[in-house]
Amino acid sequence: MEAFTTLTGIAAPIDIPNVDTNQICPTEFNKVPVGDPFYPKILFHYLRFNADGTEIPEFILNKEPFRNAKIIVADRNWGGGSSRESAVYAIMSFGARAVIASSFGDIHYNNCLQNGVLPVKLKQEEVVKLRQQLHENPGAELTIDLEYQTVRGPDNHVYKFDVNPVSKRCLLNGLDAVARTQEFQSDIDSFKKKHHESAAFLDQPGAE
Amino acid sequence: MASSKTMFEKIWDQHVITQEEDETLLYVDRCLIHEGSRHTFDRLEREGRTIAEPDKVFSFSDHYVPTDPKIRDAGVDAIPDEKIRGMVKLLAKNSTDSNIHFYGIDDPKQGILHVAGPELGVSIPGILLVGADSHTSTHGALGNISFGAGASEIFHIMVTQTIWQRKPKTMRITVDGELGFGVHAKDVILAIIAKIGHGGGAGHALEYAGSAFRNMTMEQRMTVSNMSIEAGGRAGLIAPDETTFEYVEGREFAPKGKQWDAAVANWKTLPSDDDAVFDTEVSLDAADIAPTVTWGTNPETAVPITAHVPSPNDAPSADKKAEIEDMLEYMELKPGMAVADIPIDKVFIGSCTNSRIEDLRAAAEVAKHGKAKIPAWIVPGSVSIKNQAEAEGLDKIFEQSGFEWRAPGCSLCTALNGDKLQPGERSASTSNRNFKGRQGRGGRTHLVSPAMAAAAAIKGTLTDVRTILRGDA
Repeated sequence: MEAFTTLTGIAAPIDIPNVDTNQICPTEFNKVPVGDPFYPKILFHYLRFNADGTEIPEFILNKEPFRNAKIIVADRNWGGGSSRESAVYAIMSFGARAVIASSFGDIHYNNCLQNGVLPVKLKQEEVVKLRQQLHENPGAELTIDLEYQTVRGPDNHVYKFDVNPVSKRCLLNGLDAVARTQEFQSDIDSFKKKHHESAAFLDQPGAE
Repeated sequence: MASSKTMFEKIWDQHVITQEEDETLLYVDRCLIHEGSRHTFDRLEREGRTIAEPDKVFSFSDHYVPTDPKIRDAGVDAIPDEKIRGMVKLLAKNSTDSNIHFYGIDDPKQGILHVAGPELGVSIPGILLVGADSHTSTHGALGNISFGAGASEIFHIMVTQTIWQRKPKTMRITVDGELGFGVHAKDVILAIIAKIGHGGGAGHALEYAGSAFRNMTMEQRMTVSNMSIEAGGRAGLIAPDETTFEYVEGREFAPKGKQWDAAVANWKTLPSDDDAVFDTEVSLDAADIAPTVTWGTNPETAVPITAHVPSPNDAPSADKKAEIEDMLEYMELKPGMAVADIPIDKVFIGSCTNSRIEDLRAAAEVAKHGKAKIPAWIVPGSVSIKNQAEAEGLDKIFEQSGFEWRAPGCSLCTALNGDKLQPGERSASTSNRNFKGRQGRGGRTHLVSPAMAAAAAIKGTLTDVRTILRGDA
């Protein structure tokens, strides 16, 4: 996983609440392999492109300077619904590395952390204010500092956010999740022994 | 107090390997996957990793399989779309090569992972089960911790048989009383989501308690737990009881002999202690729940069939007002119109929410009252359900009433296999999501129970199934 330390970049306001993962990556694109040249077009495909593949110019991500957004500022309940990780790959392939919202779907939140995309929870009034500033100053940049857990707004106002300590450490160091777990291999082995002895019916499908 | 625990906490504690700061490493007893797990297999190959315990991984071909009986009978090579055919074949290859349990397109045990999994006894009480699909919450109906995860976490499980989790809060949803005439499990869960909201269960493991759930069959309980994720819930548990044990006993992967006795003894200790404390408590009266339908583009927009489409002007905030306006525009609905007057183009009875034998029986009971005026599909959840329904003559009832009897799979719920709505088409669907474009770009979805879906097919509009069953229509 690519490390995440600080990120400064253009932020695009997405004013839609309850953006489910089906809107982020329409289901038909779940089968596209990662790295496919089509991938950058998947994010918000039905809002960005007509059925014939032409761009819908009114959609914010099709407008300059938001085509180069590195940060998405959304509303509440971003990323609910399907567990598809393709939604995260779509965000990354577009070029964004962070999403700021007032709440997230649990599975998508974890999927973001697994891929080095930072999900930032701010208060609802804060995301509303940030989006308003971004609309008023198109191309304004935000700076996210994971170490200090801060977002610096276009007006230099600094917002604090919470992130759980383990995820923070993994992101800062670009730590591989499997490598981290394998440090606990002896704990896993002794758990398995105990689990099997106490409940073979759990451990062994169809145990007799 | 310290000794009283919720069911969720008991099962969680039995799976803790170690703790690191706020994260817990949990052992995973069963892992369920489907064609969409291609990203996981791609990464296994890329990193040269092997699967730690293949005997605990169960793979189902469901999301991409055709449900047109002619194509299905002709086999995988008859799938016309090359990319869809490729996904079905890729899962077969990956599953066979890695020696995991596999139920492919031609397998007599094939079915939707959340339908076939419980049928096979893969999901049992007390386990920790993770699936590559958000509706993995379904399995919690058997009294276990089951949840969905993305490709990276499924990769981690395959390689280590473990998962890191932050412990969620707990929410108990109590529904007491008897369900009214024409009211089904689907109506109950839609009413719950309408009450707590689309994200109302976020960060929580849900437990469904109360006489309404105790009186339900396993099939009905699975419909409820299935949609926990539509309220944002991490999992949706129902305490195991005699209904659960009867359902599980004798299934292929269920414990047998001495292990069965040990299992039941353990499972009886799982229900939440009487004085267990939940972080959040919610309750509904079963008698207040009517046949229910969604009007908007998330499941929170569930209303009784007797209701009217809301007006943006009634919204409690400017924020909500804009949301209602946006949904009305997408759904092409006018404020104030009777929900029961909404015309429907297509009916879909199926999905991991509502494709089990009881769902098909409930739909057939309604189908007997008339002829379908619009295309109406019945897609059983598994081969075994299809066979059972045919043995009961349900397929004949459907065919005589002009419904189309199809082959098992996810089909029009997720619109991956080519079954989809055309732009502007409007469905009455027994599936779980009414998101924009979920059933095909530009498609509009109204979520309902199987009985309500069959009623819509006969009437050509959303309609109150009770009037059809009473013969008033």
